[in-house]
Amino acid sequence: MILLLRSFLVPAGSVLLAFLTGGILLFLSGSHPVEAYIALFQGAFGDLSSISRTLEKATPLIMNGLAIAFALKAGLFNIGAQGQFLFGAFAAAVAGFYVQAIPSVFHIPLAIFAGMTAGGIYGLVQGALKAFSGAHEVITGIMCNYIAINMTDYLVNHPFRDRSPGNIVARTPQILDTSRFPDVAGIPLGFIAAIIAAILVWWIVRYAVFGFEIRVVGSGINAARYSGVRIRSVLMGTMLISGALAGLGGAVETQGVVHRFQPGFNTGLGFEGITIALLGRVHPLGIIPAAILIGAMKAGAGMMQFSAGVENEIIDVIQALILFFVTADVILQKMLPGIKWAEGERLSLSTGWGGNS
Amino acid sequence: MMAVSRLRPGARGEMLCVFLWISVTACIVCSYWISPVVTVAVLSSALRQSTPLVLGAMCGLLSERSGVMNIGIEGQMLMAAFWGFLMHVWTGSLMMGVISGLAAGAFAGFLFAWMSVSMKMDQIIAGTIINILAVGLTGFFYPTGMSSAGKLKIYSVPLLSEIPLAGPVLFRMSPIVFLTICIVFLLHYCLFYSRWGLRTRATGEHPKAAATMGISVVKLRYGNIMIGGCIAGLAGAFLSLESVGVFERGMTNGRGFIALAVMIFGKWTPIGAWGAALLFGLSMSVQTQLQFDRVLSLPHQFTGMLPYLITIIVLAIFIRRNRPPASLGVSCERE
Repeated sequence: MILLLRSFLVPAGSVLLAFLTGGILLFLSGSHPVEAYIALFQGAFGDLSSISRTLEKATPLIMNGLAIAFALKAGLFNIGAQGQFLFGAFAAAVAGFYVQAIPSVFHIPLAIFAGMTAGGIYGLVQGALKAFSGAHEVITGIMCNYIAINMTDYLVNHPFRDRSPGNIVARTPQILDTSRFPDVAGIPLGFIAAIIAAILVWWIVRYAVFGFEIRVVGSGINAARYSGVRIRSVLMGTMLISGALAGLGGAVETQGVVHRFQPGFNTGLGFEGITIALLGRVHPLGIIPAAILIGAMKAGAGMMQFSAGVENEIIDVIQALILFFVTADVILQKMLPGIKWAEGERLSLSTGWGGNS
Repeated sequence: MMAVSRLRPGARGEMLCVFLWISVTACIVCSYWISPVVTVAVLSSALRQSTPLVLGAMCGLLSERSGVMNIGIEGQMLMAAFWGFLMHVWTGSLMMGVISGLAAGAFAGFLFAWMSVSMKMDQIIAGTIINILAVGLTGFFYPTGMSSAGKLKIYSVPLLSEIPLAGPVLFRMSPIVFLTICIVFLLHYCLFYSRWGLRTRATGEHPKAAATMGISVVKLRYGNIMIGGCIAGLAGAFLSLESVGVFERGMTNGRGFIALAVMIFGKWTPIGAWGAALLFGLSMSVQTQLQFDRVLSLPHQFTGMLPYLITIIVLAIFIRRNRPPASLGVSCERE
């Protein structure tokens, strides 16, 4: 019971504190905080269409958060999720407009599969580099992100450019209707897919043999070596799955929201995955509420800017503050002295970062 | 795991690095023989492009050598670029701009140190918070329509700048680029030959042992991170006051992360990181020149990939495994 209370109170209190601090900032800069927050809330949950937009924004965040969190379980910092996401989005777009005259029952999974494969292979390359040459995944990941930006930019400029008359933008043609996501009872299909993915990842990490091996590798490379885990396969497998998750995020974004691939349309989503994974305390199921929260803020930001005249970037400030208060739960514990706090586990990710080679 | 080998550990990598540098130098001399003007231009541009990366890497190195993983370099740079530019416009003095850039970097460093050392928060999270906060704050407070009020000027050393090839590249440059080279060698000396350096490295390898020897781990980490913040601040000032001349939203554009890569690439040593950044800067400027000359009939995206591909290839073939400071990422508990 205490544990449940704690796991609910800390995030809620953190969000409240972050919004309060953000409000002070808004007040100091001459805006009306209450007005701004009401607009933000209305933009995020005001009516059905804004709720659906919130879920839409949350979907790629869930996928990228899962990708980062999954790799972190093996002590890998998959900063290359951005590039895997881009390739996933691109591959899904190609499958979406290239393959014609098949019913959507096959077309939708086909495009998803294309995106997952593209992202997964790109992740696997980085995993193989790590496993066989020891190249640090942070370096290869960052470099691979830039390579992916250049590569997709080339692909949409030349071989896969939208050649319809009047188009001057470098982008692919629109994907066919058969590959677009429908809404299921008002909820975007992509969101449902993301929830299923989160549950699957949770299951793999917690119960599958492979998940156990990942956690062993994550807790220390020597322990893993002595207990007979094939480290190379685990590293590569982890990056394959992590990349596939990021690629799935890209596919969902293409099929559910953008409906084509256009460079620069979804930059930064991979990096936001890091924030989401950390906010969700690297727990596959914790990522879902974290992503919905940030998704809601992104969905409402437009309304807030429009009706309260507040710059969009306050969202980033509040995000940073939430992350701060969630992690520094000591502050909350001091503010709520009446509650007995369970001896919680301290979240520690960076220990696996260096020694893993 | 200690690898038992007849060669001194790392000797193979060092030999390959020397080989790499000899071949690069040979290429430079050859190209100078063919076209002096272009060679000088490419080399100067390489030096300029590598400057923020070198500074960022030094910032990361200072904190990581004392055991604190710093992925907030990007944010520190961005805040410094913002404050430097703002103060420059308000006071009209470039000096004030650079100094407030340094101060902003140090302040961001202080925030980072407070979170990661005092609050004992996870260091990846602390770094991420700095990054997001920087994007948010600089974007939120950015006053639109501010125009540039000048940039730092290029300074050429008399006599020395007349030497062929080396003169115009090394002795005709802007102050921050020059300062960067000084910082690299100063840091190398301090890290490996001074008392402070020994203490820093001891703290990074085994903080508890260091604490037993009477080193104040907390103070040392605070100091290192804040000096590192100053250096990242210099990188920010370079971007907004010297390279571009104005502040733009998100103008660091991932340089803090590339600096992180450069630092790991250089095996957490100042000279190594400098070499890696120069290599990266060189491939960057060669790439620009190739696009400009249209020497190759490749689409520009492929030449654009070049620096990143070269980095991966060099890393995978020449450098391979790197060993970070042993207790990187572990916050030190006081008993």
